[in-house]
Amino acid sequence: MTTTDIRAPEKYVGRPVDRLDGPAKTTGEARYAAEHHYPDLAYAALVHATIARGRITAMDTAAARAVPGVIEILTHENAPAMKPAPKVSLLDISTMASGTSVNYLATDEVHWNGQPVAVVVAETSEVARHAAALVRPAYQELPAVVDFAAEEPNAAPQKSSMLAETSADKGDAHAALATAQASVDLRFTTPPHNHNALEPHATIAVWDGDRLTVHEGTQNFGWLRKHLAKRFGVPERNIRVVSPFVGGGFGGKGMVWAGTLLAVLAARATGRPVRLALTRAGVNHTVGGRTASTQRVALGADADGRLTALIHTSVSRTGRIGGTPEQITSASRHLYAAPNIHLRQHLVQLDLLANTSMRAPGESIGTFALESAMDELAWELGMDPIELRMRNEPERNPVDGKRFARRLLREAYAVGAERFGWRERDPRPGAMRDGRWLVGMGVASAYHPSWKLPASVTVRLSADGGVEVRCAMHEIGVGAATVQAQIAADELGVPLEAVRVRYDDSDLPLGAMAGGSMQTASVAESLLAACRKLKQSALALARRAADSPLRGRRLDELEARDGGLHHGASGETYAEILARAGRDHLEAAIKSGALGMVGMLRERRRWVKAACGAQFCEVRVDPDTGEVRVSRWLGVFDVGRVINVKTTASQLRGGIVMGIGLALTEETQVDPRTGRIMNAGLAEYHVPVHADIPHIDVHCLDEPDPTMPLGLVGVGEVSITGVGAAVANAVRHATGKRIVDLPITIDKLL
Amino acid sequence: MRVNGTDEKLDVEPWVSLLDALRERLGVTGPKKGCDQGACGACTVLADGVRINACLALAVQYADKEITTIEGVTPHPLQEAFVRHDGFQCGYCTSGQICSAIGMLNEAEDPAALTDAEIRERMSGNLCRCGAYNGIVEAIKEVAR
Repeated sequence: MTTTDIRAPEKYVGRPVDRLDGPAKTTGEARYAAEHHYPDLAYAALVHATIARGRITAMDTAAARAVPGVIEILTHENAPAMKPAPKVSLLDISTMASGTSVNYLATDEVHWNGQPVAVVVAETSEVARHAAALVRPAYQELPAVVDFAAEEPNAAPQKSSMLAETSADKGDAHAALATAQASVDLRFTTPPHNHNALEPHATIAVWDGDRLTVHEGTQNFGWLRKHLAKRFGVPERNIRVVSPFVGGGFGGKGMVWAGTLLAVLAARATGRPVRLALTRAGVNHTVGGRTASTQRVALGADADGRLTALIHTSVSRTGRIGGTPEQITSASRHLYAAPNIHLRQHLVQLDLLANTSMRAPGESIGTFALESAMDELAWELGMDPIELRMRNEPERNPVDGKRFARRLLREAYAVGAERFGWRERDPRPGAMRDGRWLVGMGVASAYHPSWKLPASVTVRLSADGGVEVRCAMHEIGVGAATVQAQIAADELGVPLEAVRVRYDDSDLPLGAMAGGSMQTASVAESLLAACRKLKQSALALARRAADSPLRGRRLDELEARDGGLHHGASGETYAEILARAGRDHLEAAIKSGALGMVGMLRERRRWVKAACGAQFCEVRVDPDTGEVRVSRWLGVFDVGRVINVKTTASQLRGGIVMGIGLALTEETQVDPRTGRIMNAGLAEYHVPVHADIPHIDVHCLDEPDPTMPLGLVGVGEVSITGVGAAVANAVRHATGKRIVDLPITIDKLL
Repeated sequence: MRVNGTDEKLDVEPWVSLLDALRERLGVTGPKKGCDQGACGACTVLADGVRINACLALAVQYADKEITTIEGVTPHPLQEAFVRHDGFQCGYCTSGQICSAIGMLNEAEDPAALTDAEIRERMSGNLCRCGAYNGIVEAIKEVAR
């Protein structure tokens, strides 16, 4: 990756700093949730329901109990009570932590095919799994609604909330569409997806009286701790969640799912530390994934390509037992300056496991539809698809006229077109060839709103010059500790090696969830404030001494560098200041509060903040077999200031890789008769492999967002948006075929 | 069984996989369990220098073999190259990627001559859901040459 801005060499922000946890992760030293040892650890395995809806009428556990090494089998007949999941309230968003509303093992009801109905606890994992296979539940089946395609006509309008607006009306889009000089009206479908993080969810639960320690890979310390406190009736302060490394999350480890609760329940029931490591199929059956969708995008334009109408409607699903509606039409609120806009989202409720956030929920599949339709409109008009987008680039947010905090989409396309060689594209379909392969080039816009939440951070400065940042963060692979260490080092003017970041434990001040691309910005804001507070304290100490060169100085006159505060050539180190004052450390804490949340919502009323970008894709399509290979990729992104060039590029590439999976191979197949996931494994759910991924060129415009801390904008999700459409548009160019149903498999091209 | 240069005495049932023997009985947790069905490669270890999926191997079959896991290859130039090229994010596939790459370079007649496409093809049994594939290929290329 290249950046346009070369920073002062002594600063760490903006540099390609290696991950601080690199050695731990490359030597096998990094310990993930399932890898903590306790001397009397017991192993649990789940028994999953095999019907979609009904009641358990009998539970035959005799054969399973007879297996040597089985300690306990918990079912709805004998499991200790667990409190029900709290009702969801926007006043306390941690009430959204529950993956489903089911009170596992407290009920004989079955709500989805795969719901855990028993837990086997045994001396070894092999015995637990074997015995789980011998548990024989009997069911009374009830009618279940599991077929999304069949239920879709019965969808109901989705309500808007404070956090997500689901509809918009400006002008009369239907009338404008009817009279437009050029128009397209397309219906799209996208299948369900599963995160399939490489680390299957695992929990080790250890009770000590009414104190609980949980080892788990989580994307949300705060929600997990609070939720467990509510479900198990113990004070929050009695619960400690330890989570140094999360083996991939993508949204799948943000909520609390059955495995976590049942590990804690089993540990309480048996009096033993219990480990419940889900099988890969178990993850698919108990942790929700992305919704399926059907979408309509209709666009009208005048002969010059100026949009006159934009209609985007969607149907997606939740579970009857929970799930969060996904913001599928979100990008259509922001991308194009159409005078007439109509946006609606509809929902169906199915007797399936609840859906949950998966990397850019809504936007990833919503941009597939919107950006495919824009491309089709460009074909209709005989216009270059980049030119069409540039003619419709808005000055203000199209649906409500709010100001953009910053928007560099024009620049992204300009830089990208040059870098990708867009001008060499022969616009005629099927005109470009490489031997027998048809070559196609496509573009699409990426867009993802940026958020930040209140976060607590404590920073300690020691007499030896060492800095310790304390903040519970989620290391799901983003380099969380590394980037915050860079920021602290710059802000305090100390070497990176002097900064230690403690982040792995819920006993630390709580940062923000790793979700919605907001962890880095949220923590950075509080970290910057804590560092400033710390420098104020250090300066106050120094100014008390008659012989301090800082006497009479104000903080804003000083520069933090060389391990201290300086004014021109004079100044002193923190170590000197502390030594003179006889202090062994100084500490500053920033605490998050409810006011922070109010401030955030107020800010969102004022600005539209987002990351955006231009995706450029080149494909090769085999004219005989329909095989699609992505041969080149460029993503040009506006993600504000880049803190770490190396980890940012990796995260952006990662989103593009997952987007290529979304475009070409990924599909969770749900049996429309039984509601069972039919491909609950990595052999049948095809994530991209090495051979599917070419070199991905990533370029960041690196211009700070004036409304965000250090000007940074989260990068976790924007890069998956637009990818599906860029691939589909490239395929359209190569073959002349518009594929509207994901994934773009060979059967659809033949 | 010899694991990372140490003779280990193991008394395991015949159905225990090599991966579970390493992780649960010997506390060697570098090899990861990602799918337990040979589909993801996170459990890749070297058996007498040949890369295998430890989840598809029964421990008893490897009684007289030399097993090398990520712990046993340390220090290896690939590890440093992975860090420099950012060939990982969450780190869960990394042990397997590195062991697989070592085995793959052993298999190749002329590792230095491997093209990017060949490296990708030969590494396609090792999934990385974070999508760090570019960095992994760069790291392998650098060490191969």
